[in-house]
Amino acid sequence: MKVTLKVWRQQSPNSAGRFETYPTPDLNPNMSFLEMLDVVNDDLTRQGKEPIAFAHDCREGICGTCGLSINGRPHGEGRGTATCQLYMRHFTEGQTITIEPFRAGPFPVLQDLIVDRSAFDRIMQKGGFVSVRTGSCQDANALPVAKPAAELAMDAAACIGCGACVASCKNASAMLFVSAKVSQLGLLPQGQPERHRRVLAMVAQMDREGFGNCTVTGSCEEACPKNISLAFIARMNRDYAVALLKGE
Amino acid sequence: MNLIGRLFCSSVGKKLIMAATGLGLVLFVFGHMVGNLQVFLGPEAINRYAELLHFSPELLWVVRLGMLTLIGLHIWAAFQVSAENRVARPVGYDGSPAPVETTYASRTMLMSGLIVAAFVIYHLLHYTVRVEAINFTGRSFADLKELSEAGVERHDVFKMVILGFSKPLVSLFYVVGVGLLSLHLSHGLRAMFQSLGLLTHRCGPLIRKLAPVLAWVLFLGYVSIPLAVMLGFGKEALN
Amino acid sequence: MKLDSKIPAGPLEQKWARHIAENRLVAPNNKRKYHIVVVGTGLAGASAAATLSELGYRVTAICFHDTARRAHSIAAQGGINAAKNYQNDGDSVWRLFYDTVKGGDFRAREANVHRLAQVSSGIIDQCVGQGVPFAREYGGLLANRSFGGAQVSRTFYARGQTGQQLLLGAYSALSKQVGAGAITMLPNTEMLDLVVVDGQAKGIVARNLNTGKLERIAADAVVLATGGYGNVFNLSTYARNSNATAIWRAHRRGAGFANPCFTQIHPTCIPVSGDYQSKLTLMSESLRNDGRCWVPKREGDKRRPQEIPEAERDYYLERMYPAFGNLAPRDIASRAAKRVCDEKRGVGESGLGVYLDFSDAINRLGLETIKERYGNLFDIYHEITDEDAYGTPMRIFPAVHYTMGGLWVDYNLMSTIPGLFVLGEANFSDHGANRLGASALMQGLADGYFVIPNTICGYLATQKPGSCPSADGEEFQAAEADVTARIERLLGVRGKRTITDFHKALGRLLWENCGMARKRANLEKAIREIPGLREEFWQDVNVPGEAGNLNQSLERAGRVADFLELAELMCRDALAREESCGCHFREEYEEAGECKRNDQDFAHAAVWEWQGEDKAPVRHTEPLAYEFVKMATRSYK
Ligand SMILES: Cc1cc2nc3c(=O)[nH]c(=O)nc-3n(C[C@H](O)[C@H](O)[C@H](O)COP(=O)(O)OP(=O)(O)OC[C@H]3O[C@@H](n4cnc5c(N)ncnc54)[C@H](O)[C@@H]3O)c2cc1C
Ligand code: HEM
Ligand code: HEM
Ligand code: SF4
Ligand code: F3S
Ligand code: FES
Repeated sequence: MKVTLKVWRQQSPNSAGRFETYPTPDLNPNMSFLEMLDVVNDDLTRQGKEPIAFAHDCREGICGTCGLSINGRPHGEGRGTATCQLYMRHFTEGQTITIEPFRAGPFPVLQDLIVDRSAFDRIMQKGGFVSVRTGSCQDANALPVAKPAAELAMDAAACIGCGACVASCKNASAMLFVSAKVSQLGLLPQGQPERHRRVLAMVAQMDREGFGNCTVTGSCEEACPKNISLAFIARMNRDYAVALLKGE
Repeated sequence: MNLIGRLFCSSVGKKLIMAATGLGLVLFVFGHMVGNLQVFLGPEAINRYAELLHFSPELLWVVRLGMLTLIGLHIWAAFQVSAENRVARPVGYDGSPAPVETTYASRTMLMSGLIVAAFVIYHLLHYTVRVEAINFTGRSFADLKELSEAGVERHDVFKMVILGFSKPLVSLFYVVGVGLLSLHLSHGLRAMFQSLGLLTHRCGPLIRKLAPVLAWVLFLGYVSIPLAVMLGFGKEALN
Repeated sequence: MKLDSKIPAGPLEQKWARHIAENRLVAPNNKRKYHIVVVGTGLAGASAAATLSELGYRVTAICFHDTARRAHSIAAQGGINAAKNYQNDGDSVWRLFYDTVKGGDFRAREANVHRLAQVSSGIIDQCVGQGVPFAREYGGLLANRSFGGAQVSRTFYARGQTGQQLLLGAYSALSKQVGAGAITMLPNTEMLDLVVVDGQAKGIVARNLNTGKLERIAADAVVLATGGYGNVFNLSTYARNSNATAIWRAHRRGAGFANPCFTQIHPTCIPVSGDYQSKLTLMSESLRNDGRCWVPKREGDKRRPQEIPEAERDYYLERMYPAFGNLAPRDIASRAAKRVCDEKRGVGESGLGVYLDFSDAINRLGLETIKERYGNLFDIYHEITDEDAYGTPMRIFPAVHYTMGGLWVDYNLMSTIPGLFVLGEANFSDHGANRLGASALMQGLADGYFVIPNTICGYLATQKPGSCPSADGEEFQAAEADVTARIERLLGVRGKRTITDFHKALGRLLWENCGMARKRANLEKAIREIPGLREEFWQDVNVPGEAGNLNQSLERAGRVADFLELAELMCRDALAREESCGCHFREEYEEAGECKRNDQDFAHAAVWEWQGEDKAPVRHTEPLAYEFVKMATRSYK
C-alpha cells in the first residue's frame, strides 16, 4: 500500500515550521506506524534530504517516548495504544495522513515531531515521590494494602508520562498526568504522611510550567494510551481541597 | 493566607471557586424554577410565594448580595481560567478541527455563560426592576397590584408573568436564554462535580449520567412557563 | 591486565557483611567534596544516583533519554526475584543463590551471586516503601508468582509492568534528590568518551543531544549503568536506542570486557514479518504453561495449520524433553526452535517460526479461562500480526533478549580502570552464561541501592577530597578532541548507504554466525567479514545533517559504528570459548543436542583487553573457583 504524508517540519525550537508532503514507498500493511516512518526516512536520506525527526524507543507502548499527533489525534486513532502500537493496516490505500508534533505551550517543539516534555520531570521533582531513604524501610509485608486500593493505585501508576493527555486537551492541561501520580501515592499508606504537601507542591509546579486548567472535556482520557481515568482528576481535586483546609 | 493565596491563584483553586459558586447558582436556579412553576397553581399561590420572598427586605438584600458575589466570582474565575487556557495552547491541530471527543457544550462554556449573563440582566430589568421600556407591553409592571386574602395590597406577579410572556419575542428570548443556561449546565454540572472531587470511581458513572438529565429538567421546567403562556395559559387574567 | 576480583575471605554468608565492616569509609562532612557522575538512569543508574546522593556525595546523572523514566528497564514485564520466603515454600538466600548459579551454568562468581541473594529482600522493602504498587493478596500482603528455573514462588510483580513500576520507583527517588538540589540531572545527554587521568577514571565527555554541544564532566569516580548491548543484532527485544557506546568507549580506554559472547535468546517472541522490521516483541514466557509448541513433520509443509492433521505434527519440545516438555528453560527451548527451523520445518512466510498452539488448552479449560489468563497477550499479538490466536496457533520465534556479558568488575563493581564502576546489565557480574527470569531487575537494583553505596567509599577514601581534576585538563581536552574528530568523520563520509543498511547487515551476520548456535567455521567467517563491513561503513555511510543541533542520524551512526567493533569481539569470544555453556552453544561441544561444559579449561570469565584499532584484542581469564557449591550438569530431560 501507499499513502501520502503531510508532515510538520521544523529545524529548531526557534525556527518557523511548515508542512511538507511526501509520498511513501510501497508499504506493508503489517508495518507499525513508526516502521513506516523508518522506511520513509531511509528513502529521504537516500534522496539527500533530512530525515524526519521523531522520538521513540521501546516500540511496545511502555516507555512513553513516542508521541505524534496523527490526523489531529495524539497517538492516532484507537483507544489504549501509543503511537508505536499503531499499524498501517488501519489506514487506507492512498490516504493523506497529517502528522504533527504534540501541540501545547509547555511542550516546545525541538525539531520536527520531537517536543520537550521536561516540564513533567520538574513537576515530579516537586513531590512525585515518597521521601524514604534507601535502606531505611520496614519489612514489605508490615504495610498491608487492601487489594482494591492496590489495584486502583496500579491503575494510576500505569501512566507512561507520554504527554498525550496534555497534547489532546484543548487547554493543554496536565491534570491527568499529575493526578495519576498524586492518586497512586495518595491511595497507598506509604504516601499518607506527605499527601497534602505533595498535591499542593505538584499543582503549584504544574501551574508554574504554564499548563492550562482542566475544564473536564475528557479528551485526555480518550487519548491516553494507558486508559488513565478522569476519576483520578476528581480525586486530586478533592485532595487539593482537603489540603487547602488542613494545610501542609 | 496560604489558603486564600492558593485558592485564588492556583489552577485547581480557581476551579474550586468556579465549582463552589456554580453550585450556589445551580441551587438557586433549581429553587427559582420550583418557585416559578407555582404559576401553574394559579395567581394566589405564586403571588403569596413572591410576597413571602419579600417578607424581610434586609434578608432579601443579603441574599441578593450573596448571589452577586457568587456570580461575580464565577465570572472572574471563568475569565481567568479561559485566558490561561488560551495561553497554554497557542496552536491547534491541522489534522482535525475539534479536540478529541469534546462536546459542543464544553467548548462553548464561556460564550454560553456570557449570553446567560446578558439574559439575566435583561430578566432583572424585566421582572425585578420592572423597567417599563423593555417589556414591550406598554404597561408598567410595577403598577400591577392585587389584594391578598388578608386584604393587604401586594404585587401581582402572576399577571406580570402572563403579561410579560404575551410578547412572542420576549418569550423567545427567554427560551433561548434558558436553553443556553441548560447547555451551560449540561457540561457545567458534570464539571462541577468533577471539580468538587465527587466524580470518583464509585459515584462518577452515576453522576455523569445524571448531569444531562438535570439540565433537561431545568430546561423543560423553565420553558414550560413562556410556552404555556404563548399557548393561551392565563389569558383570562389579562382582562 | 590485572584481574583481582577482591573477593573477601571467610564463609560465604559473612563475606558481604565483613566487607562492609572492613571497607574504608568516607566521613560524612567529606562526602560532599566528592563528585560522582552516574551514566544511565535505568534501574541500576537511577537507584545508584539517588542512593549516593542521599549519602551526601555530589552526583551528576546523565542519560540519553529525554527523561530518566524512559530507560529500557521500563519494558521488563515478568517480575523481580527476592528470597523473602513469604510463601513459606522453602525459599532462602541459599536457594536463590544456588538457583542463580546453576541457571548461569556455573559461569558466575559465587560471592557476587550470594551477595545478590542476600540483599534481594531489602530491595522489595525499599520498593514498597517508595510506593511501588506490587500485586497483593486479598489480605493485603504481597503476592508472588513462580518463574522459570525455580521450584519456589519468589517473584514479585506489578501486573505485566514490573520493570515500569520499579523504574518509576527509582525515578521517584531520583526526582526527590534532583528536587532537593542534590543531583544534577542531565537528560538528552550521551556519554561519548571516558576520561582517564593517571590511570584512573576521572570524567566523561558527553554530547547534549538537543544542542549538539559537547560537555566535559570531571568527577572523582564514574559509574556506568548503561544497560545491555543486544541491539548489536539489530533485531532484538531491546528498546530501539539501547546501545553499547558507553561501555565500548570505556573498553577502548582500558576497561576489560568480560564474556562478550554471552547473549540470552528468549524463546517466545513474535517472529520477524519483513525486512522493514525494527523491533521484536516479547510475549510472556507464561504462555508456554498452556500452549504447545509444534511444527509440521514434513519439510517445507506450507499448509495452513488447521489443515495439518495431528499425526503430521511434531510437538518437538514434548518429544525431546519429556520431563519438562513445553516448559523447558529459555536457552533450551530457543535452540530446539532453531533446530526445527534449520530442518526447514519452520512456519510462517519466512520459515522462521514455530506454532504455539492453544487449541488443546481451549478445549480443556474453555475459551473464557484462556482469555482471562492471556487475553492481553493475545490482544498484543493480534495488534501486531493481525491474526487471531484463539482460532489459529500463534507463531513464535526466539529473539535476542539480554546480554550477560559486559565490562568486567571486581567484587566492588569496579572495572579494570580504577574509579570506573559498572552496574546493572552493563557489567558481567552475576548471571554467568545464562540469566534466570526476574533476576536482571533484582541485580540492577541490588547494585544501585545496596552494593555501590557500600563499595565506592573504599575507592573514594583513597582519593584526596577535592583532588578531582579540572575539566579543562589536557586529558579532557584530548578526549573531547577525539570525540569531535569522530563526529566529523561520521558526518564527512556522505556516502550512499544508509545507517539502517549497515545495522541490518551486521545484525544478520551476527545472528547467523554468533546467534543461538555457533561453530568454529561460522565464527571465523564472521571475524573475517565484520572488518570489511566496518571499513565499508566508514567509506560509504550516509549521515545527513550537522553536529551542532539535534541530529538523530548522527546519534545512530555513532552507535552502529561501535556495534561494528563490538560484534567482532563477540565472535572472537565465542570462538575462543571452546565449550558449550548456558546460552553459548557451540555445535562442536554437545552431547545429544545439549550443552557440554568444559569445566577443566573454561571455568573462567574471559576478559578482553583492547589493543588498538586493527589489532587483535588480548584474552585474559579470571578463574572461577567454586568453593561452596559443586558444579553439576544441567539436565532437563
Ligand atoms: C522485553 C524485556 C523484558 C524483560 N523482563 C524482565 C523481567 O521480567 N525480569 C527481569 O529481571 N528482567 C527482565 N528484563 C531484563 C531487564 O529489563 C534489564 O536487564 C534491566 O532492566 C537493565 O537495567 P539497567 O539499569 O542495567 O539498564 P537500562 O535500563 O537499559 O538503562 C540504561 C540507561 O543508560 C543510559 N545510557 C546508555 N548509554 C548511554 C550513554 N552512552 N550515555 C548516557 N546514557 C546512556 C540510558 O539512557 C538508560 O538510562 C527484560 C528485558 C526485556 C528486553
Ligand atoms: C454569567 C455568566 C457566566 C459565565 C461567563 C460562566 C462561565 C463559565 C465557565 C467558563 C465555566 C467553566 C467551564 C468548565 O469548567 O468546563 C463555567 C462553569 C460552570 N458554570 Fe458558569 N458561567 C456563567 C453563569 C453561570 C450560571 C448562571 C450558572 C448557574 C446557574 C453557572 C453554573 C456553572 C457551573 C455549575 C459550572 C461548573 C463549574 C466547574 O467547572 O467546576 N454558570 N461557567
Ligand atoms: C421562565 C422563566 C423565569 C421566570 C418566569 C422568572 C420569573 C421571575 C420573577 C417573577 C422574578 C421576580 C420576583 C420578584 O421580584 O418578585 C424573578 C427574579 C429573578 N430571576 Fe427569574 N424567572 C425565570 C427565569 C430565570 C432564570 C433562568 C434565571 C437565572 C439564570 C433567573 C434569575 C432570577 C434572578 C437572579 C432574580 C432576582 C431575584 C431577586 O433578587 O429578587 N430567572 N424571576
Ligand atoms: S496520563 Fe496517559 S496520556 Fe497522560 S502522560 Fe500518562 S499515559 Fe500519557
Ligand atoms: S482533556 Fe483537558 S480539560 Fe480536563 S478532562 Fe482532560 S485535562
Ligand atoms: S516507543 Fe515507547 S511507548 Fe512508544
